[in-house]
Amino acid sequence: MAVQALKDYKFPPADSQDKFHGGQLLYVGWDDHLMFCAPFAYCLPPSMPFSELCEKFMPHSFGYHPDWKSVDFSKVTWLKSGQPWQPDMSKTLAEQGLKHKDMLRFQTPGLKGINGSCS
Amino acid sequence: MDMNVKKKKLGLKEKYAHMTRGLDWQTTYQPMEKVFPQATFEGIKIHDWDKWEDPFRLTMDAYWKYQAEKERKLYAVLDAFAQNNGHLGITDARYLNAVKLFLTGISPLEYVAHRGFAAAGRNFPGVGPRVACLMQSVDEIRHAQTQIHAISNYNKHYDGFHDFKHMLERVWYLSVPKSFFDDAFSAGPFEWMIAIGFSFEYVLTNLLFVPFMSGAAYNGDMATVTFGFSAQSDEARHMTLGLECIKFMLEQDPDNLPIVQKWIDKWAWRGIRVLSLVGMMMDYMLPKRVMSWKEAWEIYFEQNGGALFADLARYGIKVPDCLTQCSEDKEHISHQTWATFYQYGGAAAFHTWMPNDEEMDWLSAKYPNTFDKYYRDRFTHWRDEAEKGNRFYTNTLPMLCQVCQIPMIFTEPGDPTKICYRESEYEGEKYHTCSDGCKHIFDDEPEKYSQAWLPVHQIYQGNCFPEGTDPTAEGFDPLAAVLDWYHFNNGHDNLDFEGSRDQANFAAWRGMATKNT
Repeated sequence: MAVQALKDYKFPPADSQDKFHGGQLLYVGWDDHLMFCAPFAYCLPPSMPFSELCEKFMPHSFGYHPDWKSVDFSKVTWLKSGQPWQPDMSKTLAEQGLKHKDMLRFQTPGLKGINGSCS
Repeated sequence: MDMNVKKKKLGLKEKYAHMTRGLDWQTTYQPMEKVFPQATFEGIKIHDWDKWEDPFRLTMDAYWKYQAEKERKLYAVLDAFAQNNGHLGITDARYLNAVKLFLTGISPLEYVAHRGFAAAGRNFPGVGPRVACLMQSVDEIRHAQTQIHAISNYNKHYDGFHDFKHMLERVWYLSVPKSFFDDAFSAGPFEWMIAIGFSFEYVLTNLLFVPFMSGAAYNGDMATVTFGFSAQSDEARHMTLGLECIKFMLEQDPDNLPIVQKWIDKWAWRGIRVLSLVGMMMDYMLPKRVMSWKEAWEIYFEQNGGALFADLARYGIKVPDCLTQCSEDKEHISHQTWATFYQYGGAAAFHTWMPNDEEMDWLSAKYPNTFDKYYRDRFTHWRDEAEKGNRFYTNTLPMLCQVCQIPMIFTEPGDPTKICYRESEYEGEKYHTCSDGCKHIFDDEPEKYSQAWLPVHQIYQGNCFPEGTDPTAEGFDPLAAVLDWYHFNNGHDNLDFEGSRDQANFAAWRGMATKNT
């Protein structure tokens, strides 16, 4: 269905990549850790290596959780838009095909949040 | 001698006819369709506007008289409240945060409702709905004003009340109610009537008003209670208008049914998402609880709403699909929403806190299926950490739903341990939504929602800093800049209730009123 309107209804999207000063949006959620109420939104340079996301940005955002210190990135599994996905730590976001507004979830086997409550 | 016959006064019925239907005319300089361009584009077919049954046989002169009387009473109470330091009679200073939420999140919407009903009145070719919309439009601006006046007393004493209008346009969580009304207002007049007149004012109003007003009564806030009484008779009229409007559309043409059904489905879901804020208010922000959100939902929605939809079934209207999801959600949304404000409490214009043991027991009793299993450990952990001086504040912006604009906090149907992720693509761009309900709304009108002003994305675009800010400067603190742009008094309006200025002042002033030292 298209929108019903009085006249032609054509407007640019509010969040196209060109509006982010060279950055691209990337969302990251940690499965079974609802202590973080929602996935986080980052605005990152496409030329940034994926390892920097894991070593710099994610510890800053997720580090408060007592499980964080047990996260072993070699065992982490990833989902992109809900489908299994394997990142290459040394490649940049752009090189491994991460697009503006892509959605990543990561799963940390064995870690189930505060007292196993998925918190 | 001629007798001077005294002219008879108009009978009520005649007067009513003259002052409503009699005010209409047919245009001659311009064709009617040019004068009322919004009457047809939504696809709703109206054959005879005179079939509109005026739900409240009220004329403007009588309207002014009633409202003026109510106004006099209200302001007398407000004066007494102010002069007697009524603010010290509330249960606990935590309660004030529910009032802040109301003033910043609800009162400005009354004003938008005023504008929306004025526009609907202008755009309907039929005189019956036009007069009804005019009255509701005046009601709504009166509600906005009386709420602001009632609550302004608190602004003299407490933080977070000072700039609600400015905040509505900017603050991340206020974009939730704001975008809800903007969505309705930017639709045509018929959709507006279903969105606000029917879904919001009829189906959901009891879940908004009753909790806030009963909450005020239970917590000693006489100013807000009095406002509530003053508005109550108007609300009854608004509900009747919403119902009349939907019946009128359905009776005019069978082709209207699928359009009306689509709008009911959409606006029920949109409204329910906004009400998450009320849910957390009831379960967490009222020191003296009225009832749980779940109980309110069962009484006001499942029972009362069920009766309404049974009545509409004869027109072919079905209960919105999203309701199956809602009977699961009623066990969760208040906890999920409060958890969100607690962790983003650095960026909220009210205080947040963790419930004490007694309150957690109340929550366990009210939510036997969910609270202990999914939320108690989380909240206890946060409380313990706060006591150790490690109070949890999230330091990264959340991902938002493209439609309801709430952070993606809601969980998957059937699995409250997993966030619900939904994704759509439109013209090569990705869009994320929090639920099947919001995804469905997006997919139906992607042209509209792709323009959403999402606070998180706007911050990243650099549009939410005070003018002249240089985000590339060394030591730039984006959160402080955003709070400045919001007009928050950083350190006073936000953060935990424990240690706040409100907490200290209330304790000191109440102490002066009740003790001798």
